[in-house]
Amino acid sequence: MNELIQQYWQQYLWGGPGHLTGLVITLWLTVASVGLGFFLAVPLAVAKASTNRWVSIPVSLYTYVVRGTPLYVQLLLLYSGVYSLDAVRATPFLNTFFRDAFNCTILAFTLNTAAYTTEIFAGAIKATPHGEIEAARAYGMSNFVLYRCIILPAALRRALPAYSNEVILMLHATTLAATATVPDLLKVARNASSEYYLPFVAYGSAALLYLCVSFAVIWLFQKAERRWLAFLG
Amino acid sequence: MLLEGYGQQLWRGTLETIQLALLSLVFAFVIGLIGAAAKLSRSLWLSFPATIYTTLIRGVPDLVLMLLLYYSFQDWLNRLTDALNQQQIDIDPFFAGVCVLGFIYGAYFTETFRGGVLAVPKGQLEAAAAYGLTNWQVFRRVLFPQMMRFALPGISNNWQVILKATALVSIIGLHEVVRAAQDAITGTSSKGAYHAFFFLSVAGLIYLLLTTLSNLVFMVLERHYSIGIRKPEV
Repeated sequence: MNELIQQYWQQYLWGGPGHLTGLVITLWLTVASVGLGFFLAVPLAVAKASTNRWVSIPVSLYTYVVRGTPLYVQLLLLYSGVYSLDAVRATPFLNTFFRDAFNCTILAFTLNTAAYTTEIFAGAIKATPHGEIEAARAYGMSNFVLYRCIILPAALRRALPAYSNEVILMLHATTLAATATVPDLLKVARNASSEYYLPFVAYGSAALLYLCVSFAVIWLFQKAERRWLAFLG
Repeated sequence: MLLEGYGQQLWRGTLETIQLALLSLVFAFVIGLIGAAAKLSRSLWLSFPATIYTTLIRGVPDLVLMLLLYYSFQDWLNRLTDALNQQQIDIDPFFAGVCVLGFIYGAYFTETFRGGVLAVPKGQLEAAAAYGLTNWQVFRRVLFPQMMRFALPGISNNWQVILKATALVSIIGLHEVVRAAQDAITGTSSKGAYHAFFFLSVAGLIYLLLTTLSNLVFMVLERHYSIGIRKPEV
């Protein structure tokens, strides 16, 4: 057990120069996919909350398909499925993009979290009190200003509790990257487990690290809620 | 042929997925009821372990827990059979999958049921007890039906998560629908490259069909459990 920890602790946390592994990769996957997913989800949520059906139905279809299938299948489809298409391999840009496991993983995670986040934000946008929009219109605000100054700041705040849940779920979902050969925390634990045949120690250490990160994320969101949701309390 | 002769395998995989998800649901449901009762109990000896259980399980990724539990139990079982000079026993992946999924999602169900129980007005339970109903009758006739109404959105959510989590069990070697698709890809690899895309899409579509079907079932259940409730008029 001591040997395993001595041998692997650095790989569990950050690996070495030029070859990052473990916790650092897990955090990077989470931050990248949640960050990209956020910027994708805001316009999609606005579109989904739109009264124009031609705009809202395609977005609903996207979130329905993504939320109705397992992330593992989505990852496999993007990682090994897309690359099996001749058209993708014949296009130089797509060929280099989809050949890299890391790109496929980030793409799958981003598209997945964007769908869930879109639903959360769209719900919050629809819950905007009618009077606020009426008042903003009475002030002569254009649609763009209305969204930028009134609807989005309030909706994103109201979405914080549900959004923190989604971030935790995404942190947990990054473990799937290990199945696509990305050297994240779970991948290191798998390597350690198969080298020393001590599954409880190897996976247990990873579980503890994930637990700590989960608590840290919860704590950060609690601070954020206290700061930005104070007006609702 | 339509599915390159792998239709049968995919169909069997689908059935395995459905069985696995349903059995795990039952297991998680029972754990959830017990866990909620323990967590709401006034005795610290019951509520504290239940709180530890839900906090630990919900703070660790399900895939990590799955691998941790499956490989650790196999390891411990091997050591035990070695010590007793017995033959090695291999844990059945299906049994392991049901236990692990039930154990993990039992924690989520505990929280869902706890919320549902707390949402039932306390006066109703007192009134039922005042009528001389036994504890079991109070649970069966007053608490459970109402708790189900409040907990139904959460239950539906948990069910969808369990259904999708069955895909992960292929990683510990169960022949469910994702594994069937992967087998089909390996089997047809010589016939053309696009098969990976095709069979994985089929697996995705099967899941989409299952989640859509369960949405319909939950719509019916929701109607059943909200009998006699006036909808707010907006």
